[in-house]
Amino acid sequence: MAGCGGTTKGSDEAAGDGGTATQGTANPDAPIKEGLKIAFLPKEIDNPYEVMVDKGGVDAVSELKGEGKEVGPSDASASSQVSYINTLIQQRQDAIVIAANDPNAVAPALKDAMSKGIAVVTYDSDAAVDARQIFVNQADSEEIGRSQVRMVSEQIGGSGEIAILSATPNATNQNTWIKFMEDELKKPEYANVKLVKIAYGDDDDQKSFQEAQALLQTYPNLKGIIAPTTVGISAAARYLSSSPYKGKVKLTGLGTPNQMREFVKDGTVTAFALWNPTELGYLAGYAAASLASGKISGKEGEKFEAGKLGEYTIGKDGEIILGPPTEFNADNIDDFDF
Amino acid sequence: MLARLLRWETVLLVLCVVVFVVGSASDGFAEQGNISFLLLDYSEVALLAFALLPIVLTGEIDLSVASTLGFCSALTGTLWDVGMSFETIIPLVLLAGVALGSVNAVLIVRFGLPSLAVTIGTLGLYRGLAYVLLGDRAVTGFPENYRPFATDSIGGTFLPYATLLVLVVGALIAVGVHMTTVGRSLYAIGLGKETARFSGIRVNRITFSFYLLSGGLAAVASLIYTLRYNSARADNGNGLELVAVAAVLLGGVSIFGGRGTVLGVATALLAMAGLRNVLFLDDVSNEIQNVITGLLLILSVLVPVVFKPRRTKDVPLKPSVVDAERRSGADSGGRLRRDHEGV
Repeated sequence: MAGCGGTTKGSDEAAGDGGTATQGTANPDAPIKEGLKIAFLPKEIDNPYEVMVDKGGVDAVSELKGEGKEVGPSDASASSQVSYINTLIQQRQDAIVIAANDPNAVAPALKDAMSKGIAVVTYDSDAAVDARQIFVNQADSEEIGRSQVRMVSEQIGGSGEIAILSATPNATNQNTWIKFMEDELKKPEYANVKLVKIAYGDDDDQKSFQEAQALLQTYPNLKGIIAPTTVGISAAARYLSSSPYKGKVKLTGLGTPNQMREFVKDGTVTAFALWNPTELGYLAGYAAASLASGKISGKEGEKFEAGKLGEYTIGKDGEIILGPPTEFNADNIDDFDF
Repeated sequence: MLARLLRWETVLLVLCVVVFVVGSASDGFAEQGNISFLLLDYSEVALLAFALLPIVLTGEIDLSVASTLGFCSALTGTLWDVGMSFETIIPLVLLAGVALGSVNAVLIVRFGLPSLAVTIGTLGLYRGLAYVLLGDRAVTGFPENYRPFATDSIGGTFLPYATLLVLVVGALIAVGVHMTTVGRSLYAIGLGKETARFSGIRVNRITFSFYLLSGGLAAVASLIYTLRYNSARADNGNGLELVAVAAVLLGGVSIFGGRGTVLGVATALLAMAGLRNVLFLDDVSNEIQNVITGLLLILSVLVPVVFKPRRTKDVPLKPSVVDAERRSGADSGGRLRRDHEGV
């Protein structure tokens, strides 16, 4: 059974995908092919954030007259994505765009896909570097860290005590950002801003709530809190909104508009930030289509157009950075729904 | 009874053929690479199902198999991380699996605790210990000379090495269950533990040893899993126990013990692997896949109940007795009798 089916499919592939040059050299003048089949494979299909990202991606593929779709597991476990990758290979997709749950577990399957001429792009969460051609990074870690300090300093008028309310003590993302925050604070313009404490809410709503409460009791002169985690910032905002510190102690960090909307409107929070998930997917969609059309090959220095986002240049290790995080405040928060 | 068993396996075999024939209509199904993948993708589940089969035959259960897999995977990662050679790790991990199995065995056999309660407990315990070992870290970079055994097919064929191992294990279990006295004892225990004990069957020793085997096979499955994904993590194999139990039940093994065959379980595994692959290729969403698997499972438990084999143990009390009691008001609705009715 396996043998007889295999031959016909083999010749299909040769006829259909003859021109794709994902492994070879790129031709920047090549047009984007029409009818490209591009699949988005998020960490988990029911996560509202990932749904927003993939909506942006599918929209990008539609703009390019291709067929975009989102498939994925309902649990974010390490191995569940591998079955999907195998399926996408068998379906002869032109490109796979994946947010890897485990950079190593998906690597063999992704390499298999690339060996069959399928373009592989990672977004949001990278896979092993040799298992994909391009990684679309939501934001530069350094930029995230430094911009948080800028925001809080602006809100507290450039002087006073601040604290950080993070996720777990060993969370990779948060620790990288905190490192850049501490570095930014060494600059002379922040001479009067003093970081008094880094607290950990373990990305648990109740623990974060209690930690926020404890911070304000322990440091009565506290002027601002940075919570670089969506769980931490919303728990801290909930505490502040019903406390005497509301509006007096400034809170900023990384959050989603939907969870922070009421706190921005009631004056608890002035501004916070996050990258725009729809744009992340959109950029990944354009990168995948450009790869599958042979316009780029994933090498450092190659440039491509990403529709309404403009031109992007591929950086070291095939990495593209979406751009600075979007700042949300009372003026623009109603333009976003995620 | 034999005729009936054969009939259930025939149903499964037909299901299998239907899945594979219908599947061939899906683009990319009937290709060597895909068939290899669907076999490989079920190799760990198959090992867990073969580990469960003898235990379920005795009327017991082991829900900790996937957590044992997870612990063994985490252990593999931890030992590899500290620089131990893979040749040393293999026997240590197998020993660890057997040790975890022995904890279940002691609690169930020595202390006479219900296996459902014990193994729900160790399901959480072993998974927890896996996280104690590795946390949310992932260990990778396992040796390239071992990995092909978990990923590759035998020279140019569609048969992965891991599946060959599964077939060998399945054959050994089949011989053990269907052709030895110990095997026949499993059925006797499942049909009535006390009767079996009075017939001179060493119920405790046999039950004990199959929990050890279960731990050992889960450890073997963990090695395949770890090497196949080249990633040791504490959440490896999370939830696989339910897939394995599903395969055993769909395979026609009675959850109350005493009935079932290796061939049935093997056919059920193949049908489930094929079905899952076809549903994936047709872009059927995960939720619908779960609905289909769930319905199949209920059907597999329901069918043998509806078409009940004529076995004295299963024959319900004569309606006249129940009716008489109901009429007299001693047992309105027949509630008291239900647990005697068999299922």
